[in-house]
Amino acid sequence: MKVTAHHKLFAMVLSLGLIAGCSSIGDTTEDDAYGADSDVSAVDQDGGSTVYGGDDEGGVSSSEMTEEQRREAEARAEQAEREAMRDITTFYFDFDTAEIKPEARDVLVAHARYLQANPDQDVRIEGHADERGTKEYNLALGERRANAIERFLIVNGASRGQTETVSYGEEKPAVMGSDESAWAQNRRVELVFQ
Amino acid sequence: MTNRTKTGTGLPRAAMAWLLMIAVMVAGTPASAELLIRITEGADSAIPVAVVPFSESGNLPSGDKVSSIVRDDLTMSGEFRPLPPEKMLSLPSEGAEVYFRDWRLLGQRYVLVGQLERKGDRIEARYELFDVNREQRIMGATASSSINSARSLAHHISDKVYEAITGVPGAFSTKLAYITLQRSGGQSVYRLQVSDVDGKRARVRLESDEPILSPAWSPDGRKLAYVSFETGKPAIYIHELASGDRTRIADFPGLNSAPAFSHDGRSLLMTLSKDGNAEIYKMDIQSGSLKRLTNHWSIDTEPVWDHTGEGFFFTSDRSGGPQIYHKTSENAAPRRITFGSRYNARPRPDNDGEYVYYVHQRDSSFHIARTNLQTEEETVLTRTGSDESPSVSPNGRMVIYATKKGGNSVLTVIAADGGAAYSLPSSEGEVRDPAWSPIVR
Repeated sequence: MKVTAHHKLFAMVLSLGLIAGCSSIGDTTEDDAYGADSDVSAVDQDGGSTVYGGDDEGGVSSSEMTEEQRREAEARAEQAEREAMRDITTFYFDFDTAEIKPEARDVLVAHARYLQANPDQDVRIEGHADERGTKEYNLALGERRANAIERFLIVNGASRGQTETVSYGEEKPAVMGSDESAWAQNRRVELVFQ
Repeated sequence: MTNRTKTGTGLPRAAMAWLLMIAVMVAGTPASAELLIRITEGADSAIPVAVVPFSESGNLPSGDKVSSIVRDDLTMSGEFRPLPPEKMLSLPSEGAEVYFRDWRLLGQRYVLVGQLERKGDRIEARYELFDVNREQRIMGATASSSINSARSLAHHISDKVYEAITGVPGAFSTKLAYITLQRSGGQSVYRLQVSDVDGKRARVRLESDEPILSPAWSPDGRKLAYVSFETGKPAIYIHELASGDRTRIADFPGLNSAPAFSHDGRSLLMTLSKDGNAEIYKMDIQSGSLKRLTNHWSIDTEPVWDHTGEGFFFTSDRSGGPQIYHKTSENAAPRRITFGSRYNARPRPDNDGEYVYYVHQRDSSFHIARTNLQTEEETVLTRTGSDESPSVSPNGRMVIYATKKGGNSVLTVIAADGGAAYSLPSSEGEVRDPAWSPIVR
């Protein structure tokens, strides 16, 4: 039984006083526990790690530490990547559309996960249009863009109570100017975390 | 209302009364940023008219002369070509002094003469209009204004002359509402202003560092509805001009935008998105009750009543891009009006149901165009390229719109058939979102 194996390992780790490994293993899924189990023997063959050797905890403990660290490093890297992604808070659109561009999706997922993990965090979703066309239609277009982003965040884990949308239409351009480069930067949605 | 938004309070009650028998103008907020008028084109068919300097008696205020304001008004319409006074052979001030032969020699079709007289704290004008070819007096009248309102007196005379010659009421005594925008650094200052149609006597009615949009006149010319972001979100306000009193009338979640008064002034068309996406509603102003008039997943916005007051025009992108639609009644099926290009928006009909004017994209430029509602023929009226916000004069003869000039937004007035034009650049920042007031009698 997987559960049994898991518990055995858990008990063993505990008995060895590996507090560091404790919470991590306890939190992992059963498959991870199996993986850890096989990793133990594999690393064990190395005859204990030079890094962690020198005490009496044996190869098992040092291999557990290594795995733990590897996972933590991975988690840290992933988190760093997510955080780096979350530095991006502006999303651009084509003229007269509210279609989220494919390259924005991963970043928006990162924002959605962050909101899911931080239920007290609110976000204001501000929709904008470029100066072309009419002001009132652009207000509606900015709202449509903000709504598209809001839906995406909610589908990916944010909750409705965390989000608020407002459209400024063409009133708050990011850059001044009347050329395609300025327009492209002004057709956008900005996330403002509050 | 936040402390960042200021209303123009203490404004003269008279500022909104077009009639001549108005109270003394009290200087409230100093006239800010008068729009400078520049006539850019004249129509070839302009009618030659001689406006002879009026004779004066009594102690009259200095400043712009009534007759020169009349001359400017007529020039501004694009339909007249006033004779410069220095070319006149004589300067009559009453009918008995008019020698038709002189004026015929100068190629004039009409001659206006008059006298100004101070009577207490008022100015009285007696004026007469003559048809040179027929050698006939076609109008004679008296009008007066308070001593400080010579401009109102002049615009009134212009209206009468215009109507006597064209058969259509003049619109020189009407007002313009518009928004000015100054950006410096990261700061923006929006000002809702009301001025004469020639850009003079501008007064700030509301100032905010958040956007103000879409001013719309009540049919009695006493109120403006508009959209203000002063709370951080768009809401619709009704602003009584004489008192400065304001009511936030629509502040639902989402959009609250594009207000338009009904003909009886009792209700407003508006765009709300409280039920999911931008739809058009009618709100009874007294009770606040709402009736939803459109129901479609697309954007429906920019509603405006048609000339009957029963049906309305609006913009919808239900076909894929924004186009103009018309409903003959609140519950009728919408009929698409525009087909000429992929972007047609923000309809504004004239008062007799003949044309609807709107923003029209052709290639990469935005122009003002109109469609004849009977023949469905579309005409592009402007040669400028970033045109927005058309508003039709209440006599249907002129259209004002916002366009770009040297990177700044300016107002331009054109003849409704696309002929003559004049522009009203602001001395400070951008001018946008013009709304031409109704004629108030």
